[in-house]
Order: sequence, then structure tokens, then C-alpha cells
Amino acid sequence: MNILAGIGRSFLGILSLIGRITIFASLAISHLVRPPFYPREFLVQLGYIGFLSLPVVGLTALFTGGALALQIYSGGARFNAETVVPSIVAIGIVRELGPVLGGLMVAGRVAASIAAEIGTMKVTEQIDALTTLSTHPMKYLTVPRVLAATLSMPVLVAIGDIIGIMGGYLVGVTRLDFNAAAYMTNTLDFLEVSDVISGLAKAAVFGFIVATMGCYHGMNSGRGAQGVGRATTSAVVSASILILASNYILTEVFFSA
Amino acid sequence: MIEMTDVHKAFGSKQVLRGVNLTVQSGESMVIIGGSGTGKSITIKCILGLVHPDSGQILLDGKNVEDEERDAFLAKFGMLFQGGALFDSLSVWQNVAFRLLRGSLKRPKDEAREIAIEKLRRVGLTPEVADQFPAELSGGMQKRVGLARAIAADPEVIFFDEPTTGLDPIMAGVINDLIREIVVEMGATAITITHDMTSVRAIADKVAMLHGGKIRWMGPVAELDGCSDPYVDQFIHGKAEGPIAAVR
Ligand SMILES: Nc1ncnc2c1ncn2[C@@H]1O[C@H](COP(=O)(O)OP(=O)(O)OP(=O)(O)O)[C@@H](O)[C@H]1O
Ligand SMILES: [Mg+2]
Repeated sequence: MNILAGIGRSFLGILSLIGRITIFASLAISHLVRPPFYPREFLVQLGYIGFLSLPVVGLTALFTGGALALQIYSGGARFNAETVVPSIVAIGIVRELGPVLGGLMVAGRVAASIAAEIGTMKVTEQIDALTTLSTHPMKYLTVPRVLAATLSMPVLVAIGDIIGIMGGYLVGVTRLDFNAAAYMTNTLDFLEVSDVISGLAKAAVFGFIVATMGCYHGMNSGRGAQGVGRATTSAVVSASILILASNYILTEVFFSA
Repeated sequence: MIEMTDVHKAFGSKQVLRGVNLTVQSGESMVIIGGSGTGKSITIKCILGLVHPDSGQILLDGKNVEDEERDAFLAKFGMLFQGGALFDSLSVWQNVAFRLLRGSLKRPKDEAREIAIEKLRRVGLTPEVADQFPAELSGGMQKRVGLARAIAADPEVIFFDEPTTGLDPIMAGVINDLIREIVVEMGATAITITHDMTSVRAIADKVAMLHGGKIRWMGPVAELDGCSDPYVDQFIHGKAEGPIAAVR
């Protein structure tokens, strides 16, 4: 009986969490379009979330592209189809691995730091202080971060895609004896605009998820250092899971379309 | 005028406020005293709408604070938080001038900075601290920056949560005078929370003592010493023996 009650309780807990996050996300969106706006905060976040995530996303893409080329080559060799390496690397990176791995890496970097920063502000009453200074925390803290992440993720992933394909190219040309020009033409011929667009659309959604989870868990942080620590962990875990789940859903949507 | 009627607030099973009734006239300086953890900070957070009471009514100039337009309502207020609550990502002067740099009270940056430096001077801080960050200041200095921020936009109603804790006696005297000055000169309404009896005598027009979730006693500061209430007597004389338990 106790086990059933436990399962029921955690199920209800998850449902209510989903509800609260949905409310929080729609609130964030509704504040996005209503003044006052804080352009300075937005630019600061754009620099922090967008620009400073570039090395992380770039390195992830580079190594993934390289490894992918090796894997596809050895897999393709089993039925004499080594020539598919360039196109499969490109499609794999652009449609799937670029946005997903980039999203997960940014989740680790950005969701954690947003949750820790806002959580600390919460436990030291800085959020209350914002309110008493006639500044809505949602507009001043959440909106600039969510907007910056949503807009900069597609750009990050686009750059990551290029670096990832370069990684595959380097491995292909230096280790697998591909002809450099043929590798390039093969890549470009097989890649379609819709591949790129679907990947970048995913990236925007993942950016939104990362910043929203960071802000939500930060704003709802428990008291003290432990509360902030828990908020940080929850932000990263929930952002990662939501990225993977929404990735599946989005892939289904693009696949059927 | 601020009127609190029968305000209740509980956190889980813990009843903190059990029917607070408190009236503060405009231009009056009210000091709230009471043991640690009796709900003094929560009381002023209820007035500001940072904490929502479970029941009861809070009126500001006859209007319910919960119904008012938030931004216009809060623009009248200044609040010094017990912990300072400075924004650690902003420099000291940007903290002080926070209100003057954005929103309805926005003014040019140079002017805002000048006002900030003037307010810092009033709380006994030199212009050199203006460009430092809160983390580089001592606890007492942070408190005074918080105070400067609370008064920066010349609010009509100001709340001070323990303005002199952590300050040396001379600086505490400066702050007491400043608070008195703000009430007398600017005609502001002030509610101050303090444990410091010197402050109480220097700042207060009226004193209210919070105990057991209710206002135990309230009266003009002149009547404080002659008060026959055993709770007040124990509190203001700092006696270990009396009706207030030492372990709470
Ligand atoms: N967010 C909260 N969650 C749970 N309990 C809380 C919360 N905030 C305050 N309390 C409880 O409410 C009570 C009153 O808190 P409050 O901060 O108002 O005390 P105080 O009178 O200001 O004390 P002090 O003089 O020490 O500052 C405390 O017992 C505290 O534990
Ligand atoms: Mg307090």
C-alpha cells in the first residue's frame, strides 16, 4: 500500500511541477511583449549566454563531427558504402547532434549559472529588493535571459554545425583518405535547407528551455546554500530531460511534415 | 496612513502573525520592537506585498494595498532590508541610484550618480566607495549603502529593518539622526524595526511591541519607560527573568 501511495505521490508531484513550469513559461512569454524592457540586461546576457558559450559548443561539435566520421566509415565499410561518410556526418550533425549536444552542453553551463545566480539573489532577498524598487523580477531577470538564450542558441548551433562538419572533414581527409574537394561537394550536395532549418528551430526551443529552467529553479530556490545547490542541480537535470524529450517530439513533427 | 487590521500569517503549521492591528499616521515615526523571530520583518513585508497575509486587511490611505497598481504603489516606498539585499552584480552607486536609472523616475546617468553620491554622504560614506562593489564593503558599510538606496528617490513611506545593527555607536548615532531628519524634514512616514533602545528613543514618535503574533503594547515613546506592561518592561530593560521565555 505504501509503495503505491509513494508512486502516486511522486506522479502527482511531477504533474504539479509540469503545471507550475508551464505557468512560469507562459508568464515569461507574456512579459516578453509588455514594457518596460531592459535592453542593457539583454545585451549583457547575450554576451554571457551566447558569446561565452561558443567555445563549449564549438569543441563539442568538433570532436563529435570527428568521431562520427570514424563511426560512419567503419559502419559503412560493412556494406561497401564508405562514400556516405560526408553526407551522413553533415545530416547527423545538422539535424540531430549539433542542436542536442549543443543544447545539453549549454544546459550544463547556462542553466546552472542562471539558477545559482537567481537562487542566491532570492535567498539574500535581492529579488524582494527588486520588487520594492518597482522593478518586476520577471521582466528584469527572466525576460532578458530567456530572450538571449532563445535567440543566441540557433546562432551558436549554426556555428557549431560548421565546426562539426569541419571536424568530420578533417578526419575524413587526414585519416580516411577522402579527397578534400569531393568531401566538400558531397556534403553540400546532400544537405537540404530543411535540414538546417529544422536543426536551428530545435536550437531555439532548447535555448528557451535552458533559460526558463534556470530562472524557474532559481526563483523557486529553497533557503540557504543548500537550497541554491538543489536549485542548480534541478535546473540542469530538468533542462536536459526536457531538451531530450522535446527533441523527440520536434523530430517527429519535422519527420512527418 | 497605514492601517493593518487583524492580519494573520502562518508558514506551514507555524503561526507567526495572529491578528496584528497597527495604525501608523502619515508623517509619523513608528518603531516596532519585539523578540527575535516574533515576526517583525514579516509584518513590514506584508505591508509591501512581498508576503501575502492569510487573512486580515492592510490599507494605505484608505485603499487596500492588494488592489493597488503595483508599480505606482511601490514607487512611494523605500525599504532597507535586514540583510542589506544589495545587488552584488552592480556597483555601489548603481545600487543606490537603481530607481533613478530606470522606470518612471529615470533621469540622466550623471545626475543619478550625483544624487547617489550625495545620499552616500548622508549615511557617512565617502565618494570613493561609489565605484566599489558590495562584496568589497564591510557589513556595516553594506547596511548604510542599503539605507542610502532606500532613501534615494525620496519616498513617502520608508521601512527600516534594523538600520543600526552592526554599526559602531557613533555611526549608529548618525543613522538615528538621519532617520529622524527624514521624518521631520521630508515629512515621510517611517516604520523602523530595532532592538537598540537608544535608537528607539532617538527615532520614535510611537512604539509598538510585537509579541506572540500580536501587538502587545503601543503608545508614545514618552510612555515607554513608565509602562506597567511586564512584557514591555522586561524587553526594554533586557531582563532575563520575566514573562517572555528566553528560549523561543
Ligand atoms: N519564508 C519563510 N518560511 C518559513 N518560515 C519563515 C519564513 N520567513 C520567516 N519565517 C518565520 O517567521 C518567523 C518570523 O520571522 P521574522 O523574520 O519576521 O522575524 P523577526 O521578528 O524579524 O526577527 P529578527 O529580530 O531576528 O529579525 C520566524 O520564526 C521565521 O522562522
Ligand atoms: Mg527581522
